[in-house]
Amino acid sequence: MEIEVLEGVFDANEIIARENRSLLDARGAFMLNLMASPGAGKTSIIMKTLEGVSGDLKCAVIEGDIAGKVDSEKIAATGVQAIQINTGGSCHLEAKQVNTALERLNMEGVDLVIVENVGNLVCPAEFKLGEDLKVMILSVAEGHDKPLKYPLMFSESHVLLINKTDLIPYTDFDIEALEDTVRKMNLQVEIFRISCRTGEGVSDWTDWLKNRVRG
Amino acid sequence: MHELSVTESMLAVVLKHAETNKATQVTRINMVLGEMSSVMEESVRFYFEILGKDTIAEGAELNFQRTKLRARCGGCGKEFEVVEFDFRCPDCDANKTEIISGREFQVESIEIN
Repeated sequence: MEIEVLEGVFDANEIIARENRSLLDARGAFMLNLMASPGAGKTSIIMKTLEGVSGDLKCAVIEGDIAGKVDSEKIAATGVQAIQINTGGSCHLEAKQVNTALERLNMEGVDLVIVENVGNLVCPAEFKLGEDLKVMILSVAEGHDKPLKYPLMFSESHVLLINKTDLIPYTDFDIEALEDTVRKMNLQVEIFRISCRTGEGVSDWTDWLKNRVRG
Repeated sequence: MHELSVTESMLAVVLKHAETNKATQVTRINMVLGEMSSVMEESVRFYFEILGKDTIAEGAELNFQRTKLRARCGGCGKEFEVVEFDFRCPDCDANKTEIISGREFQVESIEIN
């Protein structure tokens, strides 16, 4: 006997993502899901972003890693509330884990929650967390040919941060070719060129973000 | 790598519907998997063999129907197949398109005894 099911495999995750969304809406908070490969500069960008919006926005950070709490300790040392989620081998964060973290956070007065996803350009793109904004980073050292290899991440992200632009003179990285490819895959993407090391371009990104959160 | 948790979710959907229908065995699972989904069919098969063991879905045949990536233009409404992830409308220069197929991973139906 054949039984009709018509149920999406990601539906269970998406139901919890919507719960996260309502929880954040009730608190008037904005959530950013930051995704990139290991070493692209996620934690450095978070530190620079926190610095850039401090005074304007009250932030909290949820750190997703397979193991350890190096990143959350680094953030907490700046005085910003940070919670570590260890995925125990899983390659991405799911809405349920973010839900637990949101319940543990003191959300009093928090305007912006930054979620640092597990370092990976594939899996995190499939799992909605209830975020307002998906932000991805590609660093110069990874090469400009990545969009067509990881199409889901590049076409789903609202923002692309091209990091480590200070390295461009030492590589064959073609930033124009990269941006052209991404704009065909993602018609509304916002692209910022930044270098956490020199600070170049960081304020363009943080000013834009402040407007988005406030708007 | 995320296929482990994805296969767990798939199996949970299957077992829920099988139990509701008082099945004693699931013989076949019919799924739709979009071209742009990052889920790999081979990995789902691999994990299903392990996770399905000792459930009523053990040994079920997995049938994947693949869908092409298609989009609808937000400007003129044209529906088109997306080739090489180029989402630009072939007919106009609107800057918004919506995916209509190719992203899904859905259990369509199950065959049970």
